[in-house]
Amino acid sequence: MRKLGARILAGPYMIWMLVFTIIPLLLILYNAFTNTGGQFTLGNVAAIADPVNAGPLWLSLKMSVAVTGICLILAFPLALILRQISSDKNSFIVMIFILPMWMNFMLRTLAWRLILLNNGFLNQALNIMDMDPIYLMNTKTAVILGTAYDYFPFMVLPIYNALVKIDRDVIQAAQDLGAGDWVILGRIILPLSIPGIVSGITMVLVPSMSEFVIASMLGGGKVYMIGNVIEQAFNSGYADTHLGCGLSLSLMGLIIISMIAYYFFDRGGEGSALW
Amino acid sequence: MVEGEKQRRREAIGVKRRFLALMMTTVMVSANLLTACGGPSREGDGRERIVVFNYGDYIDVDLIAQFEEETGIQVAYEEFLTPEAMYTKYKNGTVDYDLICCSDYMLDKMIQEEEVVPVDFGKMEYADNIGDTYWELSRSFDPDNQYSIPYYWGTVGILYNTEMVASAPDSWTDLWDPQYKNQIIMQDSVRDSFIPALVQLGYSINTTDREELRQAQKLLLDQKKLVQSYLVDEARDDMANEQAAMAVIYSGEASLGMEYNEDLDFVVPKEGSDIWMDSWVIPKGGKNYQGALKFLDFLCREDVAMQNFEYVYYSTPNEAVLDQIEEEEKEEEPAIFPPEDVIRRCEIFRYLGEDMEEFYNHMWKELKAYQN
Repeated sequence: MRKLGARILAGPYMIWMLVFTIIPLLLILYNAFTNTGGQFTLGNVAAIADPVNAGPLWLSLKMSVAVTGICLILAFPLALILRQISSDKNSFIVMIFILPMWMNFMLRTLAWRLILLNNGFLNQALNIMDMDPIYLMNTKTAVILGTAYDYFPFMVLPIYNALVKIDRDVIQAAQDLGAGDWVILGRIILPLSIPGIVSGITMVLVPSMSEFVIASMLGGGKVYMIGNVIEQAFNSGYADTHLGCGLSLSLMGLIIISMIAYYFFDRGGEGSALW
Repeated sequence: MVEGEKQRRREAIGVKRRFLALMMTTVMVSANLLTACGGPSREGDGRERIVVFNYGDYIDVDLIAQFEEETGIQVAYEEFLTPEAMYTKYKNGTVDYDLICCSDYMLDKMIQEEEVVPVDFGKMEYADNIGDTYWELSRSFDPDNQYSIPYYWGTVGILYNTEMVASAPDSWTDLWDPQYKNQIIMQDSVRDSFIPALVQLGYSINTTDREELRQAQKLLLDQKKLVQSYLVDEARDDMANEQAAMAVIYSGEASLGMEYNEDLDFVVPKEGSDIWMDSWVIPKGGKNYQGALKFLDFLCREDVAMQNFEYVYYSTPNEAVLDQIEEEEKEEEPAIFPPEDVIRRCEIFRYLGEDMEEFYNHMWKELKAYQN
């Protein structure tokens, strides 16, 4: 009886999954392996190797690695600090830290635009300080900065979650045995937080690789990532949805590889992933 | 977004308009699905109706009410964002449109595909208000002036900041001048982006010669290091904010930009350019041909065309309106009222067929992916 009730309760979710996940996925699969005439083809999936698509893919890969690196370098110390502050289960501090980052991301990206414009806030400030202006708008740097900013919470939260799970006794034991702060960090905290770090990396690397909105808003059409290529396959006048699906599928392949890597690290089943 | 060409001109209209149009479209589509499914030309209460499909924010809506009042014909007015969106929806066949307004190359395609029916000009009183120049221009996509009535038109040129350029640009080659490195904004859509290169090489903007296109692409690749950004919507705003010295832009957008910033000026380069035209056609699935004609006639009528022009403020082909506008205003607004010789050196985009469009797209992607 209980089982039946549970099934009924899960029903809407199942329908949701079917309509919005499974059917669209099947449609992508179908479109990726057919051409406009409806015949089977591998061309769309293989198109990722065409220099016109491989170039942007390589660029996306490099940029998402840079974004992930920046996020990691900034997020780990922050997570350590947050762990320190919120040691009394006071996650309010964490919330305050994260809250501004939940603001609509279009707004936040537009704000970056205002900061980075040739006569934006940054250069106005530099001007007041009698320094030479720097032109960051419409460059890869601008896109990397914007993306790193947008995805920062996805790095902080998993690492923080992993850190708060570390038992205080473990650290105290290490201290008793004479370990210095750096040894504790390097040999206890870091290894124990790896599931969180891996989770954070996955959550930043994967979406930032297929990102296209930030590239359009801060890259001035000069930063052409694989996400932009796919977007245009659907939206440009010579729209080729089959090509777009094929490229998406290839990209999904990459994502699945990352996921496998993630499960490999997270096989302890700790599940520090927030999402 | 942004093209036989999806992101083309209409997208250049601006983000706000887009959102508005999107919302309105959604609302209107739902309303239409409820009322238009059977596709009769009469509503439940027996009143006559027409279904009109136009770009977003491209008519003074007060005029629609006025038309309904004058004729008793109900207007179901729907909007779209891009010609491609229009075409997809039209082809879907859910709604039987009586009138569609769209851009030259898309009408070219629809006329070639015999999707439209001839307009019975004999039944129209005011079609003569449209000047000869514009009928002639229309012939590039509607060879016998049978199917379309010009609505608004414009050019593509260079919007520049007089304070930021050494001398006023008058040629597309000025966009290749190294002294303006990082000061140049180019169009970010397939066909448009090739205009400056093709025209300065002396080739047609409708070239189907792949070698010519390759040469144009080479020029654009060389230029990329000088270009600050490739934009559609934002070009106007960035120019108004003095982010760049020059931008390739549509005349309607240029005129808006010049309103925001006094230092801006607009020129159609001496080598020539693209001239675009948005016209009305009557698709073959329409249910109320006579009603559609009445609406077209209404739009051509002097007082209506004047009011509509003041709202839309794009170049109008309606001579009755043009005659009323003072010379001074025309001189102040060269973007909206280009001299005759400008029109003569410009060319209208044609639909080039699927293969060629795909080739353009490929050349453009190579340009976008090029790193220097």
